Amino acid sequence: MDHFPTNWGKPRDEAVDVYSTYPLHSRPRNQVDTFAEGVQHTQQPIVTGTSVLAIKYKDGVMMAADTLASYGSLARFKDISRLHPVGDYTVIGAGGDMSDFQHIQGILDDLIVEEFNEADGNALGPSEIFEVMSQVMYARRSKFNPLWNSLLIGGFKDGKSFLAYVDLLGTTYQSPSIATGYGAYIAIPLLRKVVDGREKDVTEEQARHILEECMKVLYYRDARSLNKYQIAKITKDGIEITDGLSSKTEWAFAESIRGYGAQNQ
Amino acid sequence: MSHYTRTQSQQHPTQRQFNPYTENGGTILAIAGADFSVIAGDTRQSEGYSIQTRYAPKVFKLTDKAVLAVNGFAADGNMFVKKVKQRLEWYRHAHSKDMPLRSIARLIQTMLYAQRFFPYYVYNILGGIEEDGTGAVYSFDPVGSYEREACRAAGSAQSLVQPFLDNQIYFKNQTPVLGTSHPTHLPLRHVVQLVIDSFTSATERHIEVGDGVELYIILARGRGTQGLDSFKDVQELTPHAEGERLFVLRRELKKD
Repeated sequence: MDHFPTNWGKPRDEAVDVYSTYPLHSRPRNQVDTFAEGVQHTQQPIVTGTSVLAIKYKDGVMMAADTLASYGSLARFKDISRLHPVGDYTVIGAGGDMSDFQHIQGILDDLIVEEFNEADGNALGPSEIFEVMSQVMYARRSKFNPLWNSLLIGGFKDGKSFLAYVDLLGTTYQSPSIATGYGAYIAIPLLRKVVDGREKDVTEEQARHILEECMKVLYYRDARSLNKYQIAKITKDGIEITDGLSSKTEWAFAESIRGYGAQNQ
Repeated sequence: MSHYTRTQSQQHPTQRQFNPYTENGGTILAIAGADFSVIAGDTRQSEGYSIQTRYAPKVFKLTDKAVLAVNGFAADGNMFVKKVKQRLEWYRHAHSKDMPLRSIARLIQTMLYAQRFFPYYVYNILGGIEEDGTGAVYSFDPVGSYEREACRAAGSAQSLVQPFLDNQIYFKNQTPVLGTSHPTHLPLRHVVQLVIDSFTSATERHIEVGDGVELYIILARGRGTQGLDSFKDVQELTPHAEGERLFVLRRELKKD
């Protein structure tokens, strides 16, 4: 339907012009139709984060992610925190599109403020944050406008550990050890060997050690990773997120590798 | 009407489409007896070659006499179960009773068909006890076509399990001994054994099936627990013995 009467054409009888379209001949016509190409949705991630790892252990949940935000294969931003505290009991870690993640941080920070303003003595725990995020992610995928992330939600409240995954499709699951991205292929076998079935026995030292080990392996094998990472710990004492850590790496073996690229022999 | 030529920006756009679906593996299965119903599903959730978790339930208690198994795209499945449960709660508030099984079946068909042009990518199997006290199984396709059956398998190992069931439940390709006939209904103990065997076999031959199996067993009003007593670790979910009774039976499956 064209809502501009002047576009309806000249009246047949120029003496009678009930819509007074004549002699108004400047007809509004949008030269560019804003919606001709359809509403633009995120079709692909642009600035991306790689794996996030998380495990349950004796005292709570521990989560690790490096601080790199890549622009394709370019290591674009090298000090972006991908672990974000939400309230006093939860940490959310993200892989995938970092601008979508920062939008999610905004949503969750607003949510915490709204909940605080209720002043009813209730605080949102990790399971509630997870429920919100799974509904947000599923709703966005159902509008064909996904938030292009894989999220880990870890926390500790009322004596219980919580660890769950949600992604751009709204797919969810819980497990004692979860990893996103390349970590799902490389770190999960290492983590499951240590953690699964022993969540209640793994000490803080063991938990930290296996995560550091996995971050090192990922740095060796994942070309979109960085040797600068953070570890978050969520226990009864609250949330602790470290500054940038790095693994000791060994590259001497590279000297003896033959068969790839230029060599003088 | 279109009395102007399309400019460059008004040409039809080419769109690379975001795929809102994935497939999360697993298998579900239900068998109806004369006065009981068994609904089961494995607990593995996977995507591609990765096992996401070894415990993600696919079988859900709806009422004391209705259990729903969902299989396919897990996110759709969870959302669908959530919405069915919500509709059943509204029914309970409106009518002070649980919705009858055949009505739940029709409700599910309506809810699935409502999404005909953006379907829930989920195969549903509903099991339970009808108002006449018979065991029943209803199976659905993703857009709501449904029928009442005696047994049904769905999911990634459907093609492995359903022929086995056709043979063992419907006695397809079996000829009875002269002068005898095949039983129309199998005893509970036998059915539970068939279900567990189906899942151990599917685990052997299908990579997306494994980790664990959950069986929900619903007994008709007034039926004793005969046939169930020989199984260890059967957990009752209904608080009292009058009315239909609901039990869960969990078994480990191979995790490789």
